[in-house]
Amino acid sequence: MTREQKYYKGSLDGKAPLTHDPLKDVRARYDAIVIGSGLGGLTAANILARCGHKVAVLEQHYNYGGLATWFKRRGGHIFDVSLHGFPAGMKKTCRRYWNEAIAARIERLDSIRFDNPQFRLETIFTRDDFTRLLVEHFRIERARVETFYSELARMDFFSDSGETAGELFERHFPGRNDVHRLLMEPITYANGSTLSDPAISYGIVFSNFMSSGVYTFGGGTDWLIGEMKKELARSGVELFNRVEVEGILVENGQTRGVVANGREIACETVISNASLKSTVERLVGESHFSSAFAAGVKAVRLNNSSTQVYMGLAEGESIPFLTDLLFTSTRERFDSPSLCDLHGESRTFSFYYPKTRPGSTRTTIVSSMNAHWRDWAGMDEASYLANKARLEADTVTALERHVPGIRAKLTHIEAATPRTFEFYTQSPQGASFGTKFEGLRYSMELSKEVQGLYHAGSVGIIMSGWLGAANYGVITASKADGFLRSLEKVRS
Amino acid sequence: MTREEIVEAIKDIIATIAPDEDLSNLKHDVRLRDQIALDSMDFLDIVMELRKRYGVQVPEEDYKELATMDGCVNYLYPQLSTKQLKVGV
Repeated sequence: MTREQKYYKGSLDGKAPLTHDPLKDVRARYDAIVIGSGLGGLTAANILARCGHKVAVLEQHYNYGGLATWFKRRGGHIFDVSLHGFPAGMKKTCRRYWNEAIAARIERLDSIRFDNPQFRLETIFTRDDFTRLLVEHFRIERARVETFYSELARMDFFSDSGETAGELFERHFPGRNDVHRLLMEPITYANGSTLSDPAISYGIVFSNFMSSGVYTFGGGTDWLIGEMKKELARSGVELFNRVEVEGILVENGQTRGVVANGREIACETVISNASLKSTVERLVGESHFSSAFAAGVKAVRLNNSSTQVYMGLAEGESIPFLTDLLFTSTRERFDSPSLCDLHGESRTFSFYYPKTRPGSTRTTIVSSMNAHWRDWAGMDEASYLANKARLEADTVTALERHVPGIRAKLTHIEAATPRTFEFYTQSPQGASFGTKFEGLRYSMELSKEVQGLYHAGSVGIIMSGWLGAANYGVITASKADGFLRSLEKVRS
Repeated sequence: MTREEIVEAIKDIIATIAPDEDLSNLKHDVRLRDQIALDSMDFLDIVMELRKRYGVQVPEEDYKELATMDGCVNYLYPQLSTKQLKVGV
């Protein structure tokens, strides 16, 4: 498939055109239309339907889940794109906003390893274990570690000092680049944040992520999204895939509906799970916003994108357990920008052993690097293919250092680039972590500009990742529910 | 609802959101979050449940009024005094 060719949503191989109208059963009007089915959109839809509202989800792709997705390849391979690991809080979020069956499948990863020139170590990502490592391995006084932890725990949005994460680390662990690496690298992979992002947003994510372990779904992403679809059906949400939303209709400052696949569908509220910038600039149009707001959104920076290499072991092949997540680098010292280098030296390997899908015998390994859209966007086709091939080759070579003999066991190797992410998710510049921190304010204040318009997509580094996305869906659904109920009151 | 019933209404909602917490000794003038484990999502759930059960709207900028039990009662009394207590729903 060449880059110019539009893939046809609605087929398993991305090539067959639509043979039926995906909106044939759609109603003329809903209380709420959710645009996009990432975890934020799906969770918002579920909550709104449970509150008694009539809800439709419109998804441009044929799979639901947004970047919480998977794909199959010939030879029985199933690759998880973003399952890697999420914080313990996901269990409560799933229990409360989804169901017990989903929550019950959440399992803690057994091991996370770091391997770089500054340190090689294994951890389970709990506060106790990090304290042990900092004291025993890095020789930091225990009291200093405790002070760091308690300062993070006290952080909240109302006391933002303007400090960056890098400054925070330097204040607590001066001159200790190795400690900064330990504290920052996993978070950078988790949400694209860097040493120059606000300390406050680091603190909140760290307290969530690096205190009670890292978790995954036993069953894989396909199982999770399948269960979510069943729960959405029980809640009464109507799901439509292969539907391209072309615009959000606004009249006199109020949301009136959407245009999707050329058809108008009326609604009182829209919850956009699309990119914040696409929502404002493309779906609604800047003319419906105050000039200050539109200018503010324009100035919001997108977060970086990613590259991934998906590697599938042949049927019958396996590897001994090494770790679940491996943060590797051959760089001597840690700095944030180098994590985005075109052919950088730092990558994370997610190992999906057969335990990922109970009953399966297959193993897959997914390598992830952060990446810049600008590095990949301008390549011509030949250069693009050559760079992808180099990415695949470099990744397998790097993996060989940790898993000797792996090359001979692989029967599928495939790379994804920022262009791939842009292509499948329609996220501008393939931004896999939404916008930078300043996007949060605009995301949360959409409804002050256009009545009934809400956003539940990745913004800042808090409202992203699996847990952040799902919780942001709930926060947004609560606001939309409040608005819908106030309308009912006015009518009655 | 009387003021005492509003306390009961709030405790009943908290009990469904944080079932493992002991609510029998809650001090009314101390921040709820300093006495029981409530994170910001739990807090949001309390607000959603108030809306669902009693039709009470608490705009975001007023969330801070609900920090203590006394604060909840004072803030919610004007809206809840004409409503019937619903527990165990």
